[in-house]
Amino acid sequence: MTITSSNRRRARDAGPSGWLAAPALVFFLVFAVVPLAGVVFLSFTSWDGLREIRLEGLASWTTVLTDPVTGNALLVTAKIMFFSFIVQAPISLLLGVFTAGSQKYRAALAVLYFLPLLLSSAAVAIAFKALLDPNFGLGPGLQVPILIQDWLGNSDLVLFVVVFVIAWQFVPFHTLIYQGGVRQIPTSLYEAAEIDGAGRVRQFLNITLPQLKYTIITSSTLMVVGSLAYFDLIFVLTGGGPGYSTRLLPLHMYLTGFKANDMGAASALGVILIVIGLGLALLLQRLGGKNRNDSQLEGA
Amino acid sequence: MASTTQLPAAPEAPAFTPATPRQSSSRARRRRPNLPGGLGGWLWLAVIVLPIYYVVITSLKNQAGFFTTNPMLPPTEPTLDNYKLVLENDFARYFVNSVIVTLGTVIPALFVSFMAAYAIVRGKGRFVNWTNNLFLLGLAIPLHATIIPIYWMITRAHLYDTLLALILPSIAFAIPVSVLILSNFMRDVPNELFESMRLDGCSDWAMLWRLALPMTKPAVITVGIYNALHVWNGFLFPLILTQSPATRVLPLSLWTFQGEFSVNIPAVLASVVLATLPLLVLYIVARRQLISGLTAGFSK
Repeated sequence: MTITSSNRRRARDAGPSGWLAAPALVFFLVFAVVPLAGVVFLSFTSWDGLREIRLEGLASWTTVLTDPVTGNALLVTAKIMFFSFIVQAPISLLLGVFTAGSQKYRAALAVLYFLPLLLSSAAVAIAFKALLDPNFGLGPGLQVPILIQDWLGNSDLVLFVVVFVIAWQFVPFHTLIYQGGVRQIPTSLYEAAEIDGAGRVRQFLNITLPQLKYTIITSSTLMVVGSLAYFDLIFVLTGGGPGYSTRLLPLHMYLTGFKANDMGAASALGVILIVIGLGLALLLQRLGGKNRNDSQLEGA
Repeated sequence: MASTTQLPAAPEAPAFTPATPRQSSSRARRRRPNLPGGLGGWLWLAVIVLPIYYVVITSLKNQAGFFTTNPMLPPTEPTLDNYKLVLENDFARYFVNSVIVTLGTVIPALFVSFMAAYAIVRGKGRFVNWTNNLFLLGLAIPLHATIIPIYWMITRAHLYDTLLALILPSIAFAIPVSVLILSNFMRDVPNELFESMRLDGCSDWAMLWRLALPMTKPAVITVGIYNALHVWNGFLFPLILTQSPATRVLPLSLWTFQGEFSVNIPAVLASVVLATLPLLVLYIVARRQLISGLTAGFSK
């Protein structure tokens, strides 16, 4: 930063171009901030999506908070969030380190690893629906008895199937983030460790992991907050079933609003979703310590 | 493998690479090959490739073949009939709709976000800070929780079941992350350049397009791709804001197609392949740009 020369000029044309932010601000206010206020307002109303909106006080909230399906949806959301983090984080980290290597075959593998990123959630869900079919899918194809299951119809298994499909779709994205992070670690650190005789595992634990601290925070935040948006994949894959076993919060909100036509209750669920998302994001940022933007700049 | 080679035809070939060029020597020190790493790498490849393989071979089977041959073996008589069926079912229209919605979102979103990023980086004062904080907050909130008020607004504005209904909220949702990434990159433009242009009597508007844009072009492309992928694969807005085949976009068409042709799995999977094809082509001709667009600024 050059402070000396610019200070004087800055004082004169203080705050240039603030209006340039106006178009983006207007868009964001109208289509994000107003709906945000709207979802709070609608949670105190009764609306079927067609007729007049009527103020109902806390009726929707009472419905939502006493409905056992809400508690179940929260539990399913928490489970999916937890398990998909536990599965995705280590795999993405290791694959990120793996693909950051300069070996030719690793680069070739990486090209294929990233293929799932090209598919939409709807496409992934439809592909896995066919693949997991107990009669015409992967299990009978490979003729491995344990793989021949009614994966999507068994309420004990389906949650883990969903977690697996989520991992299949999103691990590549987080692998990319880790790959970028690993490539920014200065080589000199490894060279010094090499001289000290540190082995591969020691180098990974003592250099790679601590150096990836901010990458881990970024990726984990995106993973955890992102699990609140696993709507489309699960909607197409299981529709929330069987029963309520994969009906996580966003899906519960959609089905309550657009299938059961109870927009008031759905809005209350939306408010819960927003509070959880915001809380998690702030919590993770607190855990991460200081501002991520600063850390990125000093690392460069 | 054909797709591993970067085609030189890509016009933005020397564009933005998040990696530092330092790693070449770092891997030379590795004397022993990393066996567990390699093994894990090949194992993950199987996890990624098997579902894709299954989708492709099944899409080439006729229905009788699907029921009689081993699901994991290629068809004895490959056929393109399934693709013909998908194309005859208005695939082209859905494709065009997707293109319109994607471009209609990304171009305005980039335009307003770029101006806002400039204002945030170069400007001062409470208004600009407040705007920036609002966008940062927008990153932390699961905006999809606001679909019900958005549905209300769109129906009220008589935009339900139009492509504009998809475009308007998508622009707003793209703004926070675009502004964050663009402003991160714009901070790296040396202040002296702006100062000297200002001394030459340039307005903010002129500096925006003649200095800031050329200096941050790779970031603009990156953010554009990131947003384009999200809009292209988006499912929730089309699901709740459109209804008729005239406004159907590709991801939604996969879902409706699956509903209509649920017994014809090969045709359903052919639609998955066809819908993914445009991005696959992009992946082959401009892999580097696409990949950097995917992670956007997250791995900077």
